[in-house]
Amino acid sequence: MKETAYWTWFIIAAIVILVLAGLHMVVMHLPALGVYNPASGAATDWQNVAFRSQHQFIAFTYIILLAAALYHGLYGLRTIVFELGPTKAFQEVFTVVLWIVGLILFGVGAYADLAAKSVGRVL
Amino acid sequence: METKTQKKYNITVYVRRFDPDKDAAPRQQQYTIQIEKGLTVLDALNLIKQTQDPTVGFRFSCRMGVCGSCGMLINGKPGLACNTQVLDVTESALTLAPLPNFSIIRDLVADLVPMFGVLTGVQPYIQRSDVEEMENPTREYFQTPHQLEEFLQFTYCIKCGSCMAACPTMATDKEYLGPMPLTQAYRYNTDSRDDAADARREIVSSCHAIFNCHYAAECSNVCPKGVDPARAIQLMKKDLVLRYFGLRKKKCAHVHEGPSQSDYKPKIEAPPFTVDQ
Ligand code: SF4
Ligand code: FES
Repeated sequence: MKETAYWTWFIIAAIVILVLAGLHMVVMHLPALGVYNPASGAATDWQNVAFRSQHQFIAFTYIILLAAALYHGLYGLRTIVFELGPTKAFQEVFTVVLWIVGLILFGVGAYADLAAKSVGRVL
Repeated sequence: METKTQKKYNITVYVRRFDPDKDAAPRQQQYTIQIEKGLTVLDALNLIKQTQDPTVGFRFSCRMGVCGSCGMLINGKPGLACNTQVLDVTESALTLAPLPNFSIIRDLVADLVPMFGVLTGVQPYIQRSDVEEMENPTREYFQTPHQLEEFLQFTYCIKCGSCMAACPTMATDKEYLGPMPLTQAYRYNTDSRDDAADARREIVSSCHAIFNCHYAAECSNVCPKGVDPARAIQLMKKDLVLRYFGLRKKKCAHVHEGPSQSDYKPKIEAPPFTVDQ
């Protein structure tokens, strides 16, 4: 039932991406709505960036979005590669490699997300 | 008395010809026939065979959409030759080819044997834990109308292979089990008389099974019997996901009590074997 678990989380990740990427779009591309953009102007204005970098919720959502996007994307890559008809042994090794690559990328991304907190502190 | 004459149509039929023993690659052969309303693609092929070219290879048996042996690609769409009227698809040119995603035995005859091999693998038959009851049934296994409805649609499959030919995942993933065997796995998993659903669930949840379905739904689109394999696959996904979250209980087959007025058979004799064992 391992494949059932993989696929179920693949679908859950898709829903998470839909919601959080939607939030990201609102924050970054509709600054006029003022969602996590307290200062008027562009979403990339220093005041807005500094505000968001200090916000726990934003940091948390970006870590979740990163996890969901990595999981969803790497599962998709795995499906494509498996359709090419590799051997069973290759499939198993490839799955482990994807887990390792995914966890490393997640670690780097999560670190960058948390490190961004220091951006606001200079204010 | 005045006889009503039917309108005649001149149809050019392009038949894909290929003999693996002789030909390096498939080629197209052209025939012209005159047909009238009511003629099926199978009738057209028989007309060609009888009047123009006895060497054209195609397969059929029942001529009534029941045996599933005359599946072929008709103007680019998989379907049954005996179940398709020529004038429903064309009034001028008819292109016939063997079903894709299968190897070709000759001309329009696709090799369905690998499909039946996969079908056997999903254990498409009722298995019970009470072996004694299964071998020597003491009474009929009643089902409620609702229990029957749950899988009835999927019993109409005639194993023609049209869905397998239309499936884009079959074309890209050589190990994909395919819509027909997956549908049959669901059909037996849903049968209230069966006890082997767990074993089938293991098979259908492998990497080259239901989770690889990209939901193009072409299988359901071409199925000549309205079986809707795409639906069976999605229902099976739903079943597995609900079980993964512990939201669906394990089902146990048992002898259902029938309506009170019905007679129980004390002993159901199995019919004699028609072939030597
Ligand atoms: S599901 Fe439909 S198309 Fe597929 S084998 Fe059965 S009858 Fe043919
Ligand atoms: S000849 Fe039997 S289904 Fe067409």
